Amino acid sequence: MSHPSQAGHAHGAGAHDSHDGSEHAHDGSLRGYLTGFALAVILTVIPFWLVMGPVSLSHQTIILIVLGLAAVQIVVHMVFFLHLDTRSENGWNMLALIFTLVLVAIVLGASIWVMYNENANMMPMSPQYQHQKPGS
Amino acid sequence: MNTIAIDRSPSEPRQFLCREEEHPRNGTLLGFWLYLMSDCFIFAALFACNAVLGTNYAGGPSARDVLDLHGLAVNTALLLVSSVTFGFAMLEMARRRNRAMLGWLAVSGVLAAVFVGLEIHEFVGMIAEGAGPDRSAFLSSFFTLVGTHGLHVTVGILWLIVLMVQLARHGLTEANRRRLYCLSMFWHFLDLVWVGVFSYVYLVGVLR
Repeated sequence: MSHPSQAGHAHGAGAHDSHDGSEHAHDGSLRGYLTGFALAVILTVIPFWLVMGPVSLSHQTIILIVLGLAAVQIVVHMVFFLHLDTRSENGWNMLALIFTLVLVAIVLGASIWVMYNENANMMPMSPQYQHQKPGS
Repeated sequence: MNTIAIDRSPSEPRQFLCREEEHPRNGTLLGFWLYLMSDCFIFAALFACNAVLGTNYAGGPSARDVLDLHGLAVNTALLLVSSVTFGFAMLEMARRRNRAMLGWLAVSGVLAAVFVGLEIHEFVGMIAEGAGPDRSAFLSSFFTLVGTHGLHVTVGILWLIVLMVQLARHGLTEANRRRLYCLSMFWHFLDLVWVGVFSYVYLVGVLR
């Protein structure tokens, strides 16, 4: 079943029956899944290559690129596999997602920020434990 | 006062403009999405733990010493392919081709089972090397986060098996279609969380 005909069906039927409206919003297409798969493979291979391959970049740069590509790949998964858009469930899916993202950003960002400062302001390590600290 | 003329002609039929917001007839899919969002919070808390404790090795092995990136690549590939084959199963469901759908579902389940098997193998190997969850804060957070994800995948496989029995017995009834939509969201969601796990815990972990 091709995508346009589904969309036409869903919009054309004014009074659709009980499962029509909820169902078509979540259907994908073969092209969509394959596109998502190709993008996901590319976005996975690059970070693996950066970390495992002979790359002469600073660790800081690689970490930033890896995290950036992960964020892009998460969006790819949401669009092509979870079929998330602003219209599904009349936007409630998207609203719940945005709410979650805000809270997750607060949880992650604040934890890392607070604990980093906590660590930085700690008393220096006593000499007998100092040698156990692995070289970072 | 006589300038205000009120038209009281009774002949005009009264009209109201009614506009009702479209609402989903079936709230299950939205409800399941909200469950997945709450699951996001669990994983966010565990990721935050890993971010904070990820370099507290307590003199034990570091991430670079214990994490196996080749095994990670295999696991990542398994989960990604499993996600796509589940998508193929959903396409067959839309075409109402029961047999092909069950086939793709079985492929997805087997791939996920191999994923869990490899992960358990990795965990057992690490514990045997003395790098168990009790060794350091880094390893505690590692086992908790990756283990929670693995537990989710395991539960997903159990759900898949039960649902495949239901589908084989009763076919694509409306209830079964709804369940399958929920499971497909769960399945793709776990792959999405895995993107965070392999990127942050493993790849960034060995560089920190």
